[in-house]
Amino acid sequence: MMSGTVADSSTSDAVSEEISGNLLELDEDEDLEVFSKDPTFTDGSSLNASMQTSPGSMVNQYKFEEEDEQPESKDIFVTVDSPESHVTAIETFITYRVLTKTTRSEFDSSQYEVRRRYQDFFWLKSKLEEAHPTLIVPPLPEKFVMKGMVERFNNDFIETRKRALHKFLNRIADHPILSCSEDFKIFLTAQAWELASHKKQGPGFLSRMGDTVRAVAATVRGVKNRPEEFNSMQEYVEAFSLKMTSLDKITQRIIKEKKEYLEELKECAPIYTLWVGSEEELAEPLKLMTSCMDRCCRETAEQVQYLSNSLLPILHEYVLCTETLKTVLRRRDNIQAEFEAKSEALATKKTDSEAESKVLSLAWDSLVGKDPEEVRQQKEQKLKGEIKEMKEDIDKMEDKLEWANNTLKGDWSRWQKNMRTDLRAAFTRTAEKNVEHYEKTTAPLWLLSSPYSHALV
Amino acid sequence: MMADTESEEIAVIGNTDLTPSELENNIKNAMVEKGTHLLKRLEISVAEAEKRTGKNAVSMQETYTVYLIETRAVDGASEAASPAPDSLWRRYSEFELLRNYLLVTYSFVVVPPLPEKRAEFVWHKLSADNMDPDFVERRRVGLENFLLRVASHPVLANDKIFYSFLTQEQSWKEVVFETGFQAKADSRLKALNATFRVKNPDKRFAEMKHYGDELQSVISQLLRVRARVADRLYGVYKVHGNYGRVFSEWSAIEKEMGDGLQSAGHHMDAYAASVDDILEEEEHYADQLKEYLFYTEALRAVCRKHELCQFELEMAAQDLTSKKQQREELATGTVRTFSLKGMTSKLFGQETPEQREAKLKILETQIEEGEDMLKEKNTEAEEFVKSAWVDIERFREQKDRDLKEALISYAIMQISMCKKGIQVWNNAKECFSKM
Repeated sequence: MMSGTVADSSTSDAVSEEISGNLLELDEDEDLEVFSKDPTFTDGSSLNASMQTSPGSMVNQYKFEEEDEQPESKDIFVTVDSPESHVTAIETFITYRVLTKTTRSEFDSSQYEVRRRYQDFFWLKSKLEEAHPTLIVPPLPEKFVMKGMVERFNNDFIETRKRALHKFLNRIADHPILSCSEDFKIFLTAQAWELASHKKQGPGFLSRMGDTVRAVAATVRGVKNRPEEFNSMQEYVEAFSLKMTSLDKITQRIIKEKKEYLEELKECAPIYTLWVGSEEELAEPLKLMTSCMDRCCRETAEQVQYLSNSLLPILHEYVLCTETLKTVLRRRDNIQAEFEAKSEALATKKTDSEAESKVLSLAWDSLVGKDPEEVRQQKEQKLKGEIKEMKEDIDKMEDKLEWANNTLKGDWSRWQKNMRTDLRAAFTRTAEKNVEHYEKTTAPLWLLSSPYSHALV
Repeated sequence: MMADTESEEIAVIGNTDLTPSELENNIKNAMVEKGTHLLKRLEISVAEAEKRTGKNAVSMQETYTVYLIETRAVDGASEAASPAPDSLWRRYSEFELLRNYLLVTYSFVVVPPLPEKRAEFVWHKLSADNMDPDFVERRRVGLENFLLRVASHPVLANDKIFYSFLTQEQSWKEVVFETGFQAKADSRLKALNATFRVKNPDKRFAEMKHYGDELQSVISQLLRVRARVADRLYGVYKVHGNYGRVFSEWSAIEKEMGDGLQSAGHHMDAYAASVDDILEEEEHYADQLKEYLFYTEALRAVCRKHELCQFELEMAAQDLTSKKQQREELATGTVRTFSLKGMTSKLFGQETPEQREAKLKILETQIEEGEDMLKEKNTEAEEFVKSAWVDIERFREQKDRDLKEALISYAIMQISMCKKGIQVWNNAKECFSKM
């Protein structure tokens, strides 16, 4: 009895393959309204973290294209395109068009078109992280590019950023919880002034400061009893981060080498063409040679394009992801640390309350002329009250911790599946592209080699 | 004939499983089939190379390489195992000496070139060191090629000095010097002078010289670019080796993806390693181009020799004409041309009849000699043009054949490289899809 998108493998085959890569498999237990698109569901209820995956719908071949292939039952489609430059007295910046098409009921209209700048995306990400500290929010492309003198308004940079922003919004749209966020809806639909005014609301600076201070204090204190699964998550994330960074760098290097190879290769064909002019008998084979060189150049250029526009961005996205993962694990740790701190404080208070009935304070109270029994009872009441408060607080913290753990576990499992699908698809497609490259390069070579062999002498 | 291949792009026709070395053998076989008497009865090869040390002309220790020339009598009739080959060792400088001898002695022949003295057009992985084993090996092949080219040339194959180069271990050098060929060599200055001042060279030779220049320019450019391309290609392949390493490391932290990643990593390593063989084969194409690069020099030399012959003919004719004119002037007493003698005789008086008689007699002799000389030079020039043009045509056909083969074997090599690439990446794709 679940509303919204369902990964039911009994529906059309084309659909199930696409979806199951994106959504978690649902538990058969019908009590759970886990992935309801009901917008009132934002916090509070706990998640069942034991998501089972039905083997039947595990993805074998997820076709990874530049444009996301939308499964039929997806009900929201977001595109980012048309970068435009805006010049004001103070600054110059780029806005991107964000186009939304949706059949969701919580949206008043079925189509929206707005313009957003990087700042706005950044705001959205922060809001989502605020609301869901232990969910894995998709990464944004970097604010600045450190290495190389990359002009902020360089075309390649803008293109790459545009694609990454497109990815960002789509990943949110695919996320069962994040896509229900009110902030997300406003981001997609509000006019510029509406968005600006909405941004001003929400928890003020001071309260956010308070959160930060608590978080820092908790970090300093550290977690004492981290559950084993989060330990192994931490280890994995650290190792994975290193590997992704390496792969990112290697891919960049390959692109660079191929570009340089292409530059040199481009000089060959003109020389063969020049040579044709001096020859008679050799003119034909030389012309064929020229066409072979030309074809090789074209194919190599396409290969470079593919690597730059398809493989590299996904690797880079996962590099950025690992930062998010580390942050999320840290936040979870902080919550646990806070919980542990409060539990310890309670324990201390309890022992204190026993020690309260010790001599010194009684002596003081009798000095002051109060009835020791009365004073003791007053103090006891006071303590009981404090302890009760602390207990309530701790219960809330415990709930919060359990909630955090479960959301993280759930989202972690989802993230892992996505990662596996995405990277498998990316590398498989890359291998396919390389095969294509060789096949296409070979074609004119056959022409050159076949008519003449053994016809000589 | 081969019409059906033109339409399809992926036609699989023709023997494309030939390796470049097999094609090279085809060239050798072609030479044998052309059948000079020499090659019909003698098998020639440069089998080995060795380092030697010794004292050179200025008594300094030097290291040099010697090459083993093996010759074996070809007995077409008998099916018995061939007898053991005769062999002797020669240095590169001796090959040079042989070639210089041939250049001078057969100036109308486009003499086959030697492999390069120093490694040029290298890309970074190849060493430019003459002692480098790869360079020595390629030189060995080049020297063998040179000997086979000479042995298959209709004129050069019959040369005795060449034959003793192959067979006579001792004192071959003395024999060569005894021919006195060095005295017959034309000085560069003389040749240059002729080139500038010749009035009526045969147009065909001028065109050939021009063609030689163009071919040299084109091939040099190609070789240079090719070296840079090889360099870059090497880089591209080798970086993929890093994928192999990282996939391997990554597979250690993954559960389901581990196997796929691990095996994919191995294929990346294989891909990176495959470039060494590819570039070695490609070197072969470069060597074939290089041979013709050096051939252009020999071609131009023949054209220059023609210019020299023609120039000498023109000079002889001019000389004869001027002598005849002088005779006429002496005989008739008129001075048509300005000369110091004429002036002085005007100033200081005429010569005596006896003096004039004597002069006339000398002139007559000179004119007679001049006419003989002119005839000689004329014949020389005509014969040279005839035999040189025959050899140039032969060279042209050989060049067309060989370069066509070179282009084809290059294409075949590239196809094989692509096939390997397809195989590796298909394998990798399988592994990735199992991730």
